[in-house]
Amino acid sequence: MKAGDVKVCVLRIEGTNCEDEMYQAFKMVGADPEKVHLKQLTGQVSDSLKRDIEDYDILAFPGGFSAGDYVRAGAIFAARIRSAIGPQIRKFVESEKPVLGVCNGFQILVELGLLPGLDDVMSNEPTAALYTNDSARFECRPTLLRNDNRGKCIFTSEVPKGKVLMIPSAHAEGKLLSMDPKFVDRLEENDQIVFRYVGEDGKDAQYPWNPNGSPSDIAGICNPAGNVLGMMPHPERVLTRFTHPDWTRGYESEEGDGLVVFRSVMKKLL
Amino acid sequence: MARIEIRIELKKGVADPEGKNTMKTLESLGFEGVKSVSSVKVFDMELDMSEEDAKKAGEEMCRKLLANPVIQNYKVIVR
Repeated sequence: MKAGDVKVCVLRIEGTNCEDEMYQAFKMVGADPEKVHLKQLTGQVSDSLKRDIEDYDILAFPGGFSAGDYVRAGAIFAARIRSAIGPQIRKFVESEKPVLGVCNGFQILVELGLLPGLDDVMSNEPTAALYTNDSARFECRPTLLRNDNRGKCIFTSEVPKGKVLMIPSAHAEGKLLSMDPKFVDRLEENDQIVFRYVGEDGKDAQYPWNPNGSPSDIAGICNPAGNVLGMMPHPERVLTRFTHPDWTRGYESEEGDGLVVFRSVMKKLL
Repeated sequence: MARIEIRIELKKGVADPEGKNTMKTLESLGFEGVKSVSSVKVFDMELDMSEEDAKKAGEEMCRKLLANPVIQNYKVIVR
């Protein structure tokens, strides 16, 4: 497959607001992205606008405040997907096509039961929650993420293990919770922990470097198969060096730290 | 016509930053003796069906949308 043949569905509903950056990210790595409204997949539009999820190679859930974050962040988007195209989404994931959820997108993947996916590819009910930050506030600042994945996640194949990336966070509900006391151990065993927040010294993050109080400083996880990644920070906001806060002060790379997530998944597909 | 109230509460053991912050603020405003504050979400609805069916429908709504069973409990009260 050529890069230009990789069709990416950047899925949105009302209240999604990071679809342009997500679209641009896939464009920059040579893919063929399209911003698609959920109604285009569920057929509630005129024929020329109808789309089929099966025709896409990658599904991406951008950030934002889908449906106004009412009920719970991501819950309404997830419920609408589940009721209208749940089986197709399950099939998409089972065929190991890549699915990315950033920020609100991560919240949607958790509400949809695709993450953490410990016992089933797509559970009927959420098995985890992205819950209100410890500070009870919207936390918005650059964060440092260390790639802790041992090789399962297809979105970090081009990131050396242990490498720290600067990727900004902007969320009010990012604390990953489960009622299973062995939750973090199980994620670790399965190689599902992808990114952890770290402090300026590269060690364990304290607030504000861990913006939400997530256990074990978890910022992003993948499913047991490694093809679904959800992360709270926004890689699509640092595609070039110019959106890094320190770009005039010795930032060496031409590329922004977030682009590698998109390069990695393309490398896996081509 | 049935009227139901759905209460979504946090499970025991789940931290409640909104409740905690509210309590701190109330204390700073001079309210004394505030022992605890919990945030609760309430949905009030009218349904065109019997009370029994409305209760069942309310519970189904909680399972499908209104509550996340990992962190929340729900209660459907017929009014």
